[in-house]
Order: sequence, then structure tokens, then C-alpha cells
Amino acid sequence: MDNTQPKKKKGSPWWYLLVLVPLIGTLFPSFYSSVSPELWGIPFFYWYQMLWVIISALVTSVMYLALKDS
Amino acid sequence: MKWAALTVFIIFFLLVTVLGFVAARWRKGDLGHIEEWGLAGRRFGTIVTWFLVGGDLYTAYTFIAVPALMYGAGALGFYAVPYTIVVYPIFFMILPRFWSVAKKHGYVTASDFIEGRFDDRLLSLAIAITGIVATMPYIALQLTGMQAVIAAMGVGGEWPLIAAFIILALYTYTSGLRAPAMIAVVKDLMIYITVIVAIIVMPMKLGGFSHIFTSAQAALATHTPKGAFVATPAQFSVYGTLALGSALALFLYPHSMTGVFSASSRKVVQRNMALLPAYSFALGIIALLGFMALAAGIHTKSSNAAVPLLFLKEFPQWFAGFGFAAIAIGALVPAAIMSIAASNLFTRNIYKSYFVKNATPQHEAKVAKFVSLIVKVGALVFIIGFPQQYAISMQQVGGILVLQTVPVLIFGLYTRWFHRRAYLIGWIVGIVYGIYMWGTTGYKSTTYVLHLFGQAMPAYAGIWALIANIIVTVVLSLVFNAVKVGQGEDKTTAADYYTEASM
Repeated sequence: MDNTQPKKKKGSPWWYLLVLVPLIGTLFPSFYSSVSPELWGIPFFYWYQMLWVIISALVTSVMYLALKDS
Repeated sequence: MKWAALTVFIIFFLLVTVLGFVAARWRKGDLGHIEEWGLAGRRFGTIVTWFLVGGDLYTAYTFIAVPALMYGAGALGFYAVPYTIVVYPIFFMILPRFWSVAKKHGYVTASDFIEGRFDDRLLSLAIAITGIVATMPYIALQLTGMQAVIAAMGVGGEWPLIAAFIILALYTYTSGLRAPAMIAVVKDLMIYITVIVAIIVMPMKLGGFSHIFTSAQAALATHTPKGAFVATPAQFSVYGTLALGSALALFLYPHSMTGVFSASSRKVVQRNMALLPAYSFALGIIALLGFMALAAGIHTKSSNAAVPLLFLKEFPQWFAGFGFAAIAIGALVPAAIMSIAASNLFTRNIYKSYFVKNATPQHEAKVAKFVSLIVKVGALVFIIGFPQQYAISMQQVGGILVLQTVPVLIFGLYTRWFHRRAYLIGWIVGIVYGIYMWGTTGYKSTTYVLHLFGQAMPAYAGIWALIANIIVTVVLSLVFNAVKVGQGEDKTTAADYYTEASM
């Protein structure tokens, strides 16, 4: 019916498991809901989550590079 | 009347209005065709898609309501940050498949996909109605944000809002998706400038971050009920489920889907999932504006006014006007995309499916343009006719509704094991249960405390409803598959989900 066969991809699908890293890191506030240690006067609760913005972006970039279709 | 602020505001507003009309000639296509009007011909590259999809996320609601929650209730409002942290990796896996199958079969809406995949008009209708209903109050909410900044400048009454909306309606009608895409670029630059200036100026004026947090903590302790400085143990499960639920819903909203489908290639979609988190950092800063308002000693009964009042107090008036313009334009962009998405759904999956089956793409475009006007009038009536508080709780319910499309849209993308009838019944259960839970709080809160095995578990009602939905879908799929109820024809093939994947 069509001729676009799925080509074998470069990356292993196991790379998709990386998605769990930010989920575990951020969805359980019991791990990080505290005031100390503070950073520049910012409570841990807030700077920890801001830090995860960067970590999650890196994780997604790694997935992008590892799973690049070509 | 704040004349300096108002003048700057109006200048920028007029600028984007002109842009909105000029957009019709951008990457010119036949705007009489629905794929051109409603998806801009699927030709948007990495950068435009980044602005367009970012425009969906960065709404006036974010700018006004998230800091308002921080201002009023404290730490809970910060759930918007983990929400935007987890959303991109999740949809990095999902959206490229969606884009590929849509490109291959010319799908304009998510419901088009359902019809092709499951050969089921009823299921596709259910998904279309969910999308349209969930979108309406969301558009209305954009207006609430706009109202907040217009009111802060001392302009009263409904007429400025009506005028802004007529302008929006006209350029959306003539330019289609090209208008919000082009305006989104200007709008985001303005928002970034505002955020960068705020993060530098505010701590300087308010005595540093340390002082901002200490005074916010002190102010929150005086609120009734008391605000939380960091999430309290009772809030943990609510915080996590609100973040996860909002994330799962975000890209299944019709307007996000429109943004994704208009991308020019599969790679553009993937790349964007890796690039969009740049927005999340700014979102965190915007959320903190709520605490800055507390530290600045802003006192207001309507927490929606916290950020506008903070701007007026701490910025020179002309710059406050610039920030207000950013917020108001930040309301127009998503409102335009949302009304286009809702009218695409109506046209393709209700009008064409049920009324005029042989509608040509030109006929579809005509209907979609017209419906986009009706959708906006509807939202306008909504905001003028109903008290604001009502609209805000409706938005949270929007999330509950959209979450019920998760099983069919996400599982359906990977497997046909689940039965189409099971999806439909699961959807009904999820919607009814979700609305029931919301109802038990007197339509005030979307947090529901489930009592199970002697444990009280508070969480976002959308997640509870989704769990019920999935359980019903799985159990009924087992039953229907066992007794071999008709499955319907699958018009897609495994290869369709990889269209352009090897290029």
C-alpha cells in the first residue's frame, strides 16, 4: 500500500527510558520540599526545581541526539 | 488613568494588529484551503514552531494566574514548573509519531486520526467535543488576563476588551494560523525582555532574593487560610498529580495539536521538544513574581491584579505599559490559535462527518473561518456573562476533560489492542467521574480526596478520573476482544507512524 518502510533507527529504544529521570526527579515533592540548603537566599524547594529545568532539557537533548532518525 | 503606560500599551497593540493582517501574505498559500488557513500549509520550521507552540504555553493565564496562586496560596502555585519540566520528554516520544501519521493522511485534527485509526465516527465525535468544550473557557481565561492589565491602567468597562477581540477576530479570519505565528515572535520577545528586566530590577529594588523570600514567608503566614512557603506534606500528592496531569493534557489540547501539525517536518517536532524547555525557566521566574508582589507589599483582594500592580509599583510607568502589552498580546496569540483549533475540529469532525460529507477543502475553510468567529463571540459572552471565579475553575476542569482523551490518543498511537468501544465507555466514565468529583467540592476545587483501603489520598481529580478511565478501557477491551465485537478498519499502517523518519 505504501513504500515508506520504517527504516532501522540508529538509537536503541532503551534511550526512551530516560524520560523517567525528570519524572522521578520532580514529581515527588516529599524529596525536596525543604527550605535549606538555601542558595543565594533562595530556598531549596525553589532552586532545586529550577535546576531540574536544565537537567530535563539536557535529558531531552540526549534523547534527541541518541534517537536521531538519520 | 495611567497615561504613559496606556500610550505604550496602545502603540504595541496596534503594531501587532498590523502584523496580524500582513501575516496573510507570509509564505503565501491559498487561504481558501483548510490546510493553508488552519495549519499554514504545514510549512513552519524549527524557529516559528518554537514560538508558536511556546505561545500556547505562555498565556496570560500563566502570567496572571500562576503568580496569583503563589501570591495567595504560596508554594502550591509552583507546580507549574515541574509541569513544564516533565511535559517535553514525555511528548518527545509521542508527538513525532503523531506528526508523521497526520502528515501521511492529511489529518488536521486529533479526531481525524481517531476516525482513520478506529473507523469510529462516534469516538471521533467524543474527542472533538471534548476538545471544543475544554477550549472555550480557556479562551475566556485569556480575556480575564487581558482584563486584569487593562483595569490596572485605569480603563474601566467592557469596551476595551470587546474592541481587542473584534480586532483579533478579524485578523484571524483573514490570515488564519499565520497571524498568531507571526505575532507570537513579537510577543515572546516582549515577554522575554519583561522577564529579564524583572529578574534584575525586582531583587535590586526589593533587597535581594533572600529578602524577597523572607518577606513572602512572613506575608503568607498572615493569609487566611495560611499560605505555604514550601509544599507541606498534605500538598505533596496534589502537587505531583497536578504537575503530571497538566503535563499529560497540554499537548492533547486542540490548540497544541494545531501547533504541532503545522510543523514542516518530523525533525522540527523532535527538535522543539528539546528546545522548548527554555520557556520553563522563564516560567519559574514569572511564578516568583507572586512572591515579589508579597515582598513589595502589594495588597489586593483580587489576586489576579497582583502582577499588574507590582509592575506599576516597581517599574517606570512606560515600562509597565510595555509589560502589560506583552501580557495582553500574550493573551491574543493563544486565543487565536485556540479558536482556529476549535473551528478546525468543528468543521472536520462534526460538520463534515455528520452534515456535509462531500465538503471540499475550500468549503471546509469557509466554514472554519466562520466558526472561528462564533467561538470568539462565545468566549466573549462567557467572560462578560459569568463571574471570573467561575471561569478559572472551568479551566481546571478543562484539564480534567482533556485528560480523558489520553488513552485513545496515546495508546491508540502505539497499539490497536484496546477496543474502540472500550475507549468510548472509558471516556464516558472518566468524564462523568471527573465532573462528579469536581461537583463534590461545590465546583470550587479540582483536588479530590479518595478514600481507599482506609487511606485518605488527595490528588488532582483529573488523574483519578484518568485512572478510572484506563481501568474501564482495559477490562472492557479484554471482554470485547474475547467475544470478538467488530473492531473497525484501520486505515493507517505501521509505516505511517514513521513518515519522514528516515530522511
